[in-house]
Amino acid sequence: MITLKRLEMGYGKVNVLKDLNLDIKEQSTCAIIGPSGCGKSTLLYGIAGIMQPSSGQLLIHDQPVKENRKETGVILQHYGLLPWKTVWKNAALGLKLRGVPKQVIEEKVSDVLRKLHIYELRDKYPVQLSGGQRQRVAVARVLAIEPDLLLMDEPFSSLDAIARESLQDLLLNIFNNSKLTIVFVTHNIEEAVFLGQKIVIMDQGSKNISHVLKNDLFGDQTLRNKPDFYRLCTDVRHSLQEKTTSL
Amino acid sequence: MSIQTFIYKYKTLYGSLIILLTWYLLYWFINSPIIPSPFVTIIEFFSLLTDDLLLHILVSLYRIILAVVISLVLGISVGLFLGINDKYDAWISPMIYLLYPVPKIAFLPVLMILFGLGDTSKVMLVTIIIFFQILVTTRDSVKGLSRELFFSIKSLGANKLQVYQHLIIPAVLPKLLTALRISIGTSIAVLFFAENFATTHGIGYFIMDSWTRVDYVQMFAGIIAISLLGLILFKSIDIMENRLCKWIRLEKINE
Ligand SMILES: Nc1ncnc2c1ncn2[C@@H]1O[C@H](COP(=O)(O)OP(=O)(O)OP(=O)(O)O)[C@@H](O)[C@H]1O
Ligand SMILES: [Mg+2]
Repeated sequence: MITLKRLEMGYGKVNVLKDLNLDIKEQSTCAIIGPSGCGKSTLLYGIAGIMQPSSGQLLIHDQPVKENRKETGVILQHYGLLPWKTVWKNAALGLKLRGVPKQVIEEKVSDVLRKLHIYELRDKYPVQLSGGQRQRVAVARVLAIEPDLLLMDEPFSSLDAIARESLQDLLLNIFNNSKLTIVFVTHNIEEAVFLGQKIVIMDQGSKNISHVLKNDLFGDQTLRNKPDFYRLCTDVRHSLQEKTTSL
Repeated sequence: MSIQTFIYKYKTLYGSLIILLTWYLLYWFINSPIIPSPFVTIIEFFSLLTDDLLLHILVSLYRIILAVVISLVLGISVGLFLGINDKYDAWISPMIYLLYPVPKIAFLPVLMILFGLGDTSKVMLVTIIIFFQILVTTRDSVKGLSRELFFSIKSLGANKLQVYQHLIIPAVLPKLLTALRISIGTSIAVLFFAENFATTHGIGYFIMDSWTRVDYVQMFAGIIAISLLGLILFKSIDIMENRLCKWIRLEKINE
């Protein structure tokens, strides 16, 4: 579904990503992990169409990515909820911007809020919510537009372990019950292994991908309790360290 | 009801009572016609109201509201434009920074010569004061918006107009009302001064006229009127804030 060919991206004249190649299949998940500042967010911005590549190709369904692809849902690092809108209005925003009729919005938004267990919070403002609840609203807002591609930049990084795992479970559930492709950036190795069908490890020095791991364990809801899970986590950790020490 | 909750619920009433009490004590101690009795003054105020005081208040109110409307329209448009277009902002803000702190009242003589002695120059003066405040506030609050908010609303599919409607305007609004509150205080003071020249209407004229006629009771009735004028304007801004920016209050309480 997503194809990156000899992709280069940067800010001004400074290149952050160089000669990057990657394929992401439809209805799969892909975790991007790597040291801080290696260009993970930049890559995600590229796929989201927020930033343009400086050279190379960035294709979704064989089409060059343009700004505001309607079927792409994006969740950025700090959620991007609007503080002046209630949970309900935040979640309804995407549909409203598309001019969807009121009644349809009503239905879809209450559906998605229920699915994420935040229907009771619909009249609250973001400041009145906990971090985990805010994150659910951000997910709800994006799912409401029924995307085929979901991009997330460190979605659960500010949450405590329990809230994080419950959201990871929820996301896996949503993935299993829909036709989504998910690409997400994370700093958390366990998260990458639990949610990433493909695990892409990036490296700062080469401005590129250093490893791509295929995760055969993906999809198991009880994975965290299995020894294989820790083995794979260790593999990922080794791949990460290999590169940072060689710098 | 405890005193604490009384103060909290009836702020304005509580403030008025304390001020009246202080006034009364001053009247009692100083014992000179320069501080008339508050009760005599309040009675005078109401009897003047049916005479011509109301007209003076309305004239001043009209001047201020006209100035507020003009400066809101101009200040918001220019502020949004500069806040969004960095290039033009770089060209224009150095001048704004030089002019912003200049006491605009210094330009009153110039305005009077250019725009006549009548209403226009007075409204212009107040407009300039509020305009700068609104302009700078709008521009800065647009610049203060995070890149992420822009990205995320755009990725949800917002076009330019919708970015204004759902992101920029609501973000600017509470700061705008705060700026308005500050600048209206200044503009009442400035209008008071400007109404000393070439007019026979307005609360500033009324107060200074009473003074020259050594009618201190009337002068104080005028002072009551001008403070009511300020109160009305402040309260209307409060009401707008409560209506339009509910979320801001929650944010403040949560802090
Ligand atoms: N707006 C910008 N202007 C210039 N350089 C930038 C900008 N944003 C990021 N960079 C630079 O690009 C590089 C990659 O940044 P990016 O945000 O993609 O990193 P990241 O991998 O997401 O890091 P983190 O894990 O800390 O979020 C960094 O070296 C950063 O300094
Ligand atoms: Mg990042």
